Amino acid sequence: MLIYVLRRILYTVPIAIGVSLVCFALIHLAPGDPLSSIIPEGASPETVAQIRTAYGFDRPLPVQYLKWLGHVVTGDFGTSIMTRRPVLSEVLPAIANTLTLAAAAVTFGFLLGCAFGVVSGYVAGTPTDRAVTAVSITGVSIPHYWLGMVLIVVFAVNLNLLPATGMGEGGSGSFGFGWDSLQYLILPALTLSVIPAGIIARSVRGTVAEVRKQDYMQTLYAKGLPGRRVFVHVVKNALPAVLAVMGLQLAQLLGGSILVETVFSWPGTGFLLNNAIFTRDLPMLQGTILVLAMFFVLINLLVDILQTAVDPRIKRA
Amino acid sequence: MTRRSFLRLLSAASLTALTMMSAQHDRAWAQGKPGVLRVAMTAGDIPLTTGQPSQGGEGIRFMGITLYDGLTRWDLSKSDKAAQIIPALAESWVVNPADQKIWTFTLRKGVTFHDGSEFNADAVVWNLDKLMKKESPQFDQSQANQAASYFAPIASWRKIDDWTVEITTKRVDAVLPYNLASLFMSSPKRWEELGKDWAKFAEKPSGTGPWMLESFKPRERAELVRNPNHWDKTRITKSERLILLPMPDANTRVAALLSGQVDWIEAPPPDSVPRLKQQKMQIVTNLYPHIWPYQLSFLDDSPFKDIRIRKAANLAIDREGIAKMLGGLAVPAKGMVDDKHPWFGKPTFQIKYDPAQAKALLKEAGYGPDKPVKVKVIISPSGSGQMQPLPMNEFIKENFKDVGIDMEFEVMDWEALRTRRRLGADAPENKGRHGINNSWAYWDPDIGLIAAAGSFARVPVGFNWGDYKDAKADELALKAKAAFDAAEQNKILAELHTRLVDEAMWIWVVHDLNPRAMRPNVKGFVQAQSWFQDLTPVSVE
Repeated sequence: MLIYVLRRILYTVPIAIGVSLVCFALIHLAPGDPLSSIIPEGASPETVAQIRTAYGFDRPLPVQYLKWLGHVVTGDFGTSIMTRRPVLSEVLPAIANTLTLAAAAVTFGFLLGCAFGVVSGYVAGTPTDRAVTAVSITGVSIPHYWLGMVLIVVFAVNLNLLPATGMGEGGSGSFGFGWDSLQYLILPALTLSVIPAGIIARSVRGTVAEVRKQDYMQTLYAKGLPGRRVFVHVVKNALPAVLAVMGLQLAQLLGGSILVETVFSWPGTGFLLNNAIFTRDLPMLQGTILVLAMFFVLINLLVDILQTAVDPRIKRA
Repeated sequence: MTRRSFLRLLSAASLTALTMMSAQHDRAWAQGKPGVLRVAMTAGDIPLTTGQPSQGGEGIRFMGITLYDGLTRWDLSKSDKAAQIIPALAESWVVNPADQKIWTFTLRKGVTFHDGSEFNADAVVWNLDKLMKKESPQFDQSQANQAASYFAPIASWRKIDDWTVEITTKRVDAVLPYNLASLFMSSPKRWEELGKDWAKFAEKPSGTGPWMLESFKPRERAELVRNPNHWDKTRITKSERLILLPMPDANTRVAALLSGQVDWIEAPPPDSVPRLKQQKMQIVTNLYPHIWPYQLSFLDDSPFKDIRIRKAANLAIDREGIAKMLGGLAVPAKGMVDDKHPWFGKPTFQIKYDPAQAKALLKEAGYGPDKPVKVKVIISPSGSGQMQPLPMNEFIKENFKDVGIDMEFEVMDWEALRTRRRLGADAPENKGRHGINNSWAYWDPDIGLIAAAGSFARVPVGFNWGDYKDAKADELALKAKAAFDAAEQNKILAELHTRLVDEAMWIWVVHDLNPRAMRPNVKGFVQAQSWFQDLTPVSVE
């Protein structure tokens, strides 16, 4: 097991380098000048050249990449062009805010998804299954930014039950577990949970239905096991496949949602990325994307390890 | 207790708890407080707080003229005429008659920074060093970037005595007082106290402005409080506290206002205005120095070299129709500046919707609906001051098609478009592009007219994108640059504007009306005809 884990960790190194290279290249290939948002109107060529030198954009791209990578390895993700604050000091609080949102969305999404999936899988082929499947497909298909706006209009504007935006009167610094804070979390978390709930429901339904068709299920019933005990066996056998889907969904939620966080002005990684894109803040973009990509890689690694622990056949494969 | 009854009990308890929570919580977010003004900005982040704000005009509006003052400032107290430059930290100034490049500024006495230190000539020199003298310890590249276009005309500066400063411009330049309104004075003492660290200064800034920054959290909020010691007693803030919230999504801003989470929103989308009015919100609009145009190329391959085609294009647009499409939040343009502006002048070419005359001009130039003239322009789907660029461009494309102009778009994002404008029409990237749809400001004579039209002001040193060359316009532009009397300068600028309209230098479409919406309990706001606004007289009841 230890060798397997070490080998998987080793695999992440080339992935990380590849991700850093791709994100650096894509950002620099995008049209427009990375300094266009800070070069003042009517700046002389000398001023433009001076700003370019000050930010290191006068060097060839491979040199810029290697220099950036060298700094990243030492934990220095650079400084934001727009705010002049260290990228890491911007990204980490944003990740914490996105984690808060993702945790709530995961709770909603996983509970709803698993409940729908199990019910649907148990009664596969019946009208109830079709109804639950229809709801799940709707969840996957619905544009969540649109849903976010609808929820805001209904619950914040019309019913005036929940706040429309932000993380509370004191901002993220004073966000806690009281109702004063949690009321700000409900609408964005619900919005963000709809797609994972739908995907998980579909996945759980398929797996549960498949497991229930297996011969050993008949054996369990034949041996007189009560339904509750059989259910435990169904869950245990369905778990590896469901875990993989959940891991991917969790990683995606941790990446934040540019649209949902922008609609709710939630100061997470999605909001940060949106701002960095619109202001062409390349160091911020590079740093944020790399940190998020590494999160993705890390979560996949953890899920793989967890899957292997649950189902040792995966390791042998 | 059976499992079923336990579940029932649990459900009932949860429902009761939820109901109680919802009934008991005071919805503080929906109530607001008297004396606290909560503003939703369009920016996605808090503008830089060190002195020279980021985020363009909005940055200066909320984090420039609030915390800081310049040697001059805009008079934002009137809504019925264009904002003018008036004295601020400099009480007065004179230009040396023997050498008009030398300006002497007499500073206002008794002004203190928020930290209590005195504002004087040393502070002015220190602040100009901060922006322009790279070897000075306080030089800040970030602030220099934001201010470069404002300090561009300045060659040197020196202290004469504690209350007098001399500034020398690179060439004779009567526009300098406009530029100085956006060069803000930070406290040298606070910077020293904080270990000469601009990052720390950003968290605890000190200026001389009517508001003081109490706290800020990037991308979330900034809280400013009243400066009771502001030197201008008429501008002691009516509100005790100002909370700035970045909210880049327009629909979110509207929802935040309607749900009572904020008192004031910038730039509500036109389609939200009826709903806002229905909910008794105040919709405040006014003209300001903004124009939505097509800047044209005058290169050899451009059809717009022909004045008949430029005039035909200007006459082909149904501006009233566009204003209607925008919910009345725009007014038809009759030139670069609005027709009530002191620089409007008396153009003989009347910009209006006259497709018959447009067709006649095109026919004279050898074109028509059967043989359309083909033009290609660069547009963006969004951007600062770009209003609703996609529907507006589609609308105009149809107008053009009706008279015989076939307009093709090259769509790119806002920053890419700005880069292409900065390069000029003759850059290889812009080959074959005959115009660029880049909204424009005319808050000072340079950006509005002189450097937009002067052949000596080709990009990147000026704003002349399309290589417009007109000896008469050049002569008037240079004359305006050297006119130190405001009335005389306005007169020359009016002549220049008349010339530009008569030559149909650009295709001018509409002026934005700078809408903002606020709750009924927000009082005292006077919307100046400016990109900047004064929040000091605003109160929340």
